[in-house]
Amino acid sequence: MKIDRANPLWRFHGITPMAIFFFAYLYLPIIVLLVLSFNENRLATIWTGFSTKWYSVVLGNDDMLRSAKNSLIIALSSTIIATIAATLAAMGMARGRFRGEGGVAAMLTLPLLVPEIVTAIATLLFFIVIGVKLGLLSIIIAHTVFCIPFAYLPIRARLDGMDPALIEAANDLYANEWQAFKRITFPLLWPGILSGAMLSFIISLDDFVISYFVGGAGSTTLPIYIFGMIRIGITPEVNAISALMLIISIVFVSISFLIDRVRY
Amino acid sequence: MKLRSILLGASAFAMLGMGATAAKADGELFFYNWSNYFPPELFEKFEKETGIKVTLDVYDSNETMLAKLQAGASGYDIVVASDYMVDVMIKEKLATEFDAKSLENFKNVAKPHDTMKYDPERKYSVTYLWGTTGFTYDSDVAKEKLDDSWKEFFEPREEFQGKIGALNDEVEMYAAASYYAGVDKCTEDPAEAQKILDVLQKQKPYIAVYSSEGTIDRMAAKEVSMHMQWNGASHRTRESLPSAVFVYPKEGLTFWSDHFVIPSGAPDLENAKTFINWMMQPENAAAASNYAGYMNGIKGSDAFLDDALKADPAVNMPEEYADRLVPGKNCSPKARDLRNRVWTKLKT
Amino acid sequence: MEIFTRHKRFWLVAPAVIYIGFFMGLPLVQMAYVSILERGANGGVNWGSFSFDSYISFIFERDLMDNLMVNTDYLQIFLRSFGLSALTTVLALILGFPTAFYIAMQPQKRRNMFIFLVTIPFWTNILVRNYAWMLLLRNGGLIDHFLASVGIQTGGLDILYTPYAVSIGLTYTYLPFMVLPIYASLEKLDHRLIEAAFDLGANKRKAMTRIILPLATPGIVAGAILVFIPCLGAYVTPELLGGGKFMMISNLIGSQFGAARNWPFGSALGFVLLAMVLLAMLVYSLKFKKLPEDAS
Repeated sequence: MKIDRANPLWRFHGITPMAIFFFAYLYLPIIVLLVLSFNENRLATIWTGFSTKWYSVVLGNDDMLRSAKNSLIIALSSTIIATIAATLAAMGMARGRFRGEGGVAAMLTLPLLVPEIVTAIATLLFFIVIGVKLGLLSIIIAHTVFCIPFAYLPIRARLDGMDPALIEAANDLYANEWQAFKRITFPLLWPGILSGAMLSFIISLDDFVISYFVGGAGSTTLPIYIFGMIRIGITPEVNAISALMLIISIVFVSISFLIDRVRY
Repeated sequence: MKLRSILLGASAFAMLGMGATAAKADGELFFYNWSNYFPPELFEKFEKETGIKVTLDVYDSNETMLAKLQAGASGYDIVVASDYMVDVMIKEKLATEFDAKSLENFKNVAKPHDTMKYDPERKYSVTYLWGTTGFTYDSDVAKEKLDDSWKEFFEPREEFQGKIGALNDEVEMYAAASYYAGVDKCTEDPAEAQKILDVLQKQKPYIAVYSSEGTIDRMAAKEVSMHMQWNGASHRTRESLPSAVFVYPKEGLTFWSDHFVIPSGAPDLENAKTFINWMMQPENAAAASNYAGYMNGIKGSDAFLDDALKADPAVNMPEEYADRLVPGKNCSPKARDLRNRVWTKLKT
Repeated sequence: MEIFTRHKRFWLVAPAVIYIGFFMGLPLVQMAYVSILERGANGGVNWGSFSFDSYISFIFERDLMDNLMVNTDYLQIFLRSFGLSALTTVLALILGFPTAFYIAMQPQKRRNMFIFLVTIPFWTNILVRNYAWMLLLRNGGLIDHFLASVGIQTGGLDILYTPYAVSIGLTYTYLPFMVLPIYASLEKLDHRLIEAAFDLGANKRKAMTRIILPLATPGIVAGAILVFIPCLGAYVTPELLGGGKFMMISNLIGSQFGAARNWPFGSALGFVLLAMVLLAMLVYSLKFKKLPEDAS
């Protein structure tokens, strides 16, 4: 590796190979599923030829597409709400002790601690008692709950050990708190916020149990759809829809990067 | 990258996903079923003929469907429930009495599906599809033809040891072991439950995997040579593994049936009845069978069935096996506790 | 030094706390009530008739003579889940820490892309990812083929449907939850600080333990929580990659709301787990009271 004074990675020999191994491990199954989505055979284990037929099957299956769309809407909405709530909470919790701090911290991680199925039934019973109509909205409400800790912990980890003088100074420099937040606090927190938001998003996208129980008519999500295929057996359709989700994710990332590029 | 770029990206992306939602049709029907268990084309045909648009929601097991209805969720016009679940739904007042016999096409229902143990007068339900739970083996692996017995599954010959797949299903496995042990699958006697546990525990070392998913792939890839299977899956297995043979064990095998039920509080009772009546036309019932690989209970649907389905003894059961079929049963809480404890002990 | 006044901090924390309190706390109170009710004959519960059977049967069972006997089945299942979660957390840390460090050392522009790279595989469904692993790991599967082609004859890996396969799958599933929090806390590391340390004669280990690790600690703690606890509730991976031979906590609880139709017992198991985790966290916070961030 070339020696770059600004980047101390060259000092630590094991790090780069480890990171390469990490990404290989991460993408190995993804490559397998991408390849299989082009398998002509109905069975994943037997390769009989290249075909795009599973993509046309998926595009012709309205129920499956609708469920994928539901999943994306739910994940996006709950991520946005949870990340905002978690960012505020992390800022509030960041400095100094206060009475009940331990209780608040426990509350913020509570959704992690309860087994999903218990949360699911509890939430469903509760929604029915208070009269929440079951549908996409009720799933978003329930997902936001368990997304909060996933967003909160990375942001909190980011804030820990950060120099409070920076934010103090910002408050002195800018008359207006919003400006201080926008110019100083937010850019400082950004890596934590982005990490937290991404974790919330993928945890919501993969949820089966809670979506299943608190959903109502017309709100089947993609994981529910896939788990329900048991009577018939899982077909390569599932590989194809997964590949399509990957494409959407890449489009999403590219749009964000493009906008970023245009702005600067 | 700043917040605004992300939000802009997110909303652009949300718009990509949303699209325009279709205009509401004359009528709507909310249908609750397993996924890929009903042909999508049939929904289109139904909408064309009746103007009613069907929205499908799915579940992964009878029990989760029940838990959801018991907790008070509603909004479905039709659910598909297995036999014993029909009993639970009637007892828990979760099913609507709609008197299926009064529907015009009920005359098409073949025996014995015109009645059902838990709904003898067919006030609450009509059979959608039915099947059996036996096991499939690869006859190329077997040194000689296997007996029609659960013995081959629970105490396998050498060539099958370690090459067996079981369904990861408490109800199905316990029932099969109870047939083999010769005790009631809803027994409340701990001594009898112990016998069932013994059968299962003795078999466990020979099992490669307990899994209800991907049974067809596992057989076709020769990862296992014997798998407990639903007969429709066995039929699918044979499409890619011609040497696969489905066994109807002489000790008995579960014959399960899935039924259309109208849950209480269904938003549109009339549409639900229209749908059930429409599904009792031979042509439509046959389309469902062809798609799912399971038999329906409608007279005259044979004419529309795929030949492969008709020719496969796994699906089109030979008459001589009829007395081996044991219907599904709704066990008492005490029996279910025993069953769950056996299953837990097996997997501790 | 206080950034925010007490008053302001209350309003910052309030939305998240009130939200969770209302949509999680209240339902749980209701569920605690369910766990001490009598089960319904067909599932559900009989509202209004109480029974503590659920908590008793976690430890005891009734034998033929209706005597209470100690039953360790459930405890064993709990222990297994805790052990597997601990192993997964350690593996995720071993793989995740270097990666997080690597990403944090990249040029500013490239870091966000790496964050996306870490999460993109998880846009696919969990079932599909586990299937892919099954195809990779099974005897005669892709890894076997690969090893054979480079001249290593394993004669079948014999790894699928074993606890090893479960560890591989679980570590895979929870990796992002370890990497990203560590990254978030390491990102603020100033490269010059490390260089300065080396210039002052520090060796690699010193630079690691004195500068990098203390900075990463909050991230490691957050990551460990996000891996360990959700992993306790893992359902799909142990079933598929472990061949369903051994139960995990969530399989056990799931079956109470499934085939056993025993809601009170299912909820009781959930609360026992909750109590155990809370206890573990309490012990942890007492033992490691002096976290680095409190020392400053």
